[in-house]
Amino acid sequence: MSRIQFSTWDRKRMARSTVVLLVTLFLMALAIPTMAQEVIDDDQVNEIAKEVYCPVCESTPLDVCETLACADWRELIRTKLSEGQTKEEIFAYFANQYGDRVLASPPKKGFNLILWVGPIVAIAVGLFFFSRYLQVLKASNQQEAPTSTAGPVVEQTLPAADDYTARIEQELAKK
Amino acid sequence: MSETIQTSQPEVTTEDTKSVRWGSIISWTVVIGILAMLAWGLLNSSKTRPEAGEVAPEFNMQYFNGYEWEGLSASNLSNMQGKVVVLNFWASWCLECKLEADLLEASWRKYQNDDVVFVGITYADVEPNAIQYLLDYDVTYPNAPDLGTIISSDYEITGVPETFIIDKRGVISHVQIGAVSEQLLTTKIDQLLAQGE
Repeated sequence: MSRIQFSTWDRKRMARSTVVLLVTLFLMALAIPTMAQEVIDDDQVNEIAKEVYCPVCESTPLDVCETLACADWRELIRTKLSEGQTKEEIFAYFANQYGDRVLASPPKKGFNLILWVGPIVAIAVGLFFFSRYLQVLKASNQQEAPTSTAGPVVEQTLPAADDYTARIEQELAKK
Repeated sequence: MSETIQTSQPEVTTEDTKSVRWGSIISWTVVIGILAMLAWGLLNSSKTRPEAGEVAPEFNMQYFNGYEWEGLSASNLSNMQGKVVVLNFWASWCLECKLEADLLEASWRKYQNDDVVFVGITYADVEPNAIQYLLDYDVTYPNAPDLGTIISSDYEITGVPETFIIDKRGVISHVQIGAVSEQLLTTKIDQLLAQGE
């Protein structure tokens, strides 16, 4: 097997090619983070912004708020989205920085849990009592219209009816 | 003569009585809980800004990177007892804050060797913008973000800038809505320094 011998010209050409290759690789490496930071359009920003409320203009969602503060917050959302952060991560950041009250849906933890569970518990308790009320109502209806097998029967005189009859008899006797 | 009617006695079981009793306990607990929450909400919403003569609400700060006070990267109002505290709320998006930025820094430099502390708190601001603002105005006194908007809520600020001048005992001496003036700062600080503790 014969040994390959490079001429000076070949060596120079190879060196040049290597330099070009290295420069290309270097430029590609520089380009990767730029490519990763995709361009975020307003719709993507507003998708998150509509669920955030800036304390400067309470009760106005961030996506429609026109103050400078809200514009800054929207830019922050854009930056975080371009860094690859998820919606949940961005909400968590805002809650940590500015408090849970800036979120349209407060996180389901701590005292906020009452806000989520409270209405469900209240409805459940309400339904329970409504069903109990219906049961009692049904039972009382059954008592008012007794059947022959509706339990023990007692005899009872009605004093009011007795008085009324007595008075009629008295009036008749007078005549 | 008497009329007789027939009625049936209701059958109430022990099970019914127990379930009704537990139901009552649960329902009253829920009702009391909801009322307590409403009361708490009303109390919070009716909170007003602490005014001159009232004790300044305590607050904790974690200073921005590069800022400290007496070697501490975090401190609270209690640490500053015995000093006159100038607590300034600001934001980088606030145009009026920019009008007083140089004055506050100049006053801090004038009084920093006396028993005076200047503290800046950013309100609803984005951290990179706030840091850029501090660099732009060469602010050297300790500054911190209002994490969770807790401090501004406790001080019930209605906007920025607002400045609370607190005496050495921790009592609010003056509340400034809007930008401060040099005369106001100098007069108030000198007066409070002369008071002693």
